[in-house]
Amino acid sequence: MRYTFCLFAVLAFIWLTNSGLYTPLLLCFGLISVVFVILIARRMKVVDGESLPLELWATLPGYYLWLWRKIIASNLEVAACVWGGLFSRRETISPCSERIPTRLKSDLGKVLYANSITLTPGTVAIDVDKDSVLVHALTRSGLNELKQGDMEKQILALTEQHAVAGTTGQKNEC
Amino acid sequence: MIDVLLSYTSGLLLFLGCFFMLTGAIGLLRFPDFYSRMHAAGVTDTLATVLILSGLMLMAGWSLALFKLALIMLFIFFTSPTASHALARSAQLCALRLTHAPVDNGPADVSRPTAETSTPASRMEAAEGS
Repeated sequence: MRYTFCLFAVLAFIWLTNSGLYTPLLLCFGLISVVFVILIARRMKVVDGESLPLELWATLPGYYLWLWRKIIASNLEVAACVWGGLFSRRETISPCSERIPTRLKSDLGKVLYANSITLTPGTVAIDVDKDSVLVHALTRSGLNELKQGDMEKQILALTEQHAVAGTTGQKNEC
Repeated sequence: MIDVLLSYTSGLLLFLGCFFMLTGAIGLLRFPDFYSRMHAAGVTDTLATVLILSGLMLMAGWSLALFKLALIMLFIFFTSPTASHALARSAQLCALRLTHAPVDNGPADVSRPTAETSTPASRMEAAEGS
């Protein structure tokens, strides 16, 4: 029930910010469509802790702030590769790919990890399986930096401390 | 005074955003194979989009447009990695597998040595074999 309420709040917020017209008729239409979407989502059984990771609401913004710094840094690196290759004839990129083993157990953690890898330019997660992520990187140093496991540690701290609460919470609520 | 400051900051952000867009486009054209080109496209996805959108947000002021721009930013932030992953995965599942030599070599990078592409290929075979 908690997840349904949160989905309602999110959808209502999106409707209100996008419509900009607050006449009773349009608000009614908004309510009807929000309820309709919630009914469909419940029928599809996608209203759960996986689509709305409520346990992470306090810690996720901090993680994204950290990730944002990484994104800016890697953006500048890729830009340097592009312009360096344009103005000098030497090779600035060394594309490589490797399966990086991961200690993350939960699906949410793995998704977050692969998503963060893809979000930072210079590294793309191509394939995720049970205990490793196939990563393609623009430079060898980018791949090595990822292999040091800084990002993985952040996500591990983020997801594992909630893992117990998360699994019990997901079972009985819908 | 504050208006002038705001418009200059917004102009600077828009300029930086355009610069990174250009960087992404040049990278897209110049990089030798499909997978490295995807990294160049990643620059336009993240930093360039955010810079341009924040420049526009400064121009919008406190209005509904600000929230809409913020929502656009949020959605791009969530959907762009999904799109890149879908691209990479479909490339991996069909002809452009990492074991192959890149087929989309443009005329500009014929001069480039092919050693850099054969390295990931051999690495890839080793990884797949294990």
